[in-house]
Amino acid sequence: MTGAALPADRRLTLVDLLDRLLAGGVVLTGDLTLRIADVDLVRIDLNALISSVDASVVPSPWEEQHP
Amino acid sequence: MKDMPQRYVYAYAVTRDCAAVAGALETVTGVAAEPVGGVRHLGLMALAGRVPAAEYDEGALSERLEDLPWLEGVARAHQRVVDAVTAAGPCVLPLRLATVFHDEAGVRAMLEDRGQQLRSALDRLDGRTEWGVKVYAPEPTAAPRPPAPRATTSGRDYLRRRAAERHAHQEGERRAGEAARGIHTTLAALAEETRLYPPQNPALSRHPGRNVLNAAYLVPWDSAPHFTSAVTGLAEHAPGDGLRVELTGPWAPYSFVTPDTP
Repeated sequence: MTGAALPADRRLTLVDLLDRLLAGGVVLTGDLTLRIADVDLVRIDLNALISSVDASVVPSPWEEQHP
Repeated sequence: MKDMPQRYVYAYAVTRDCAAVAGALETVTGVAAEPVGGVRHLGLMALAGRVPAAEYDEGALSERLEDLPWLEGVARAHQRVVDAVTAAGPCVLPLRLATVFHDEAGVRAMLEDRGQQLRSALDRLDGRTEWGVKVYAPEPTAAPRPPAPRATTSGRDYLRRRAAERHAHQEGERRAGEAARGIHTTLAALAEETRLYPPQNPALSRHPGRNVLNAAYLVPWDSAPHFTSAVTGLAEHAPGDGLRVELTGPWAPYSFVTPDTP
């Protein structure tokens, strides 16, 4: 069944994951779930999140200009 | 006032209740490194684990979701659980990230309330899987900047040259867009359903180039080799158009849990 799988060592990028996990998947809302399920996760601004990334993870483009 | 519960229940996915799923769950851990089990009800099973209430209540969650390293840990763990079950064979309906219930009784009530909808989605998606395809074009800002006008160049010549360069740039964008649409049309013909995602932010994806296509394709398992070799063929031709094609998958059908609405 899973013969078509890509090699297991191929690591997905976070953005690929977030595309699906924040915009896809079954959405369950109502009294049964915490109200967090009502939060429109799609609206989380990934651009705003960039600023919270450790600079060692995503070097800023202007850093390289300062030796 | 009642005491706060110590644990909430984080739900990852819903499948039909079957032994293969239970086996796949034995070795996997969830977002809080907790064991993941099946909450069974009426022939359905929600894959779920107990997570610390303090970390997953509304206030904490809405704050933490903006903390990218935390979000990444949760997203990867969520995907790990979904992947483990997908690999075991049965159709898996992934739930959206951070679906949290007060307790197992809430999960069972959900399986009852939403049972009909969940079963029809499982039927519709059974034997199918999702593939992601992204197409990148060269970054437009990478084009060389025009030199400043020299004394010997008239203002009119300079403006004419700038207009020609702008035109060449627009032409490049148009061709990239057209080639990307061609790739999507070819792949859509091999898929049962498609979804288009907004282009990815290069600062987050850390991919050079501009993301001109970010699409998901729902493909029957038997057609998967055909689909992936079609992507490989397109990827080999893409550099001729200055493009790069990337494939991800197979994914659980995240992008197709709700039917296509015309």
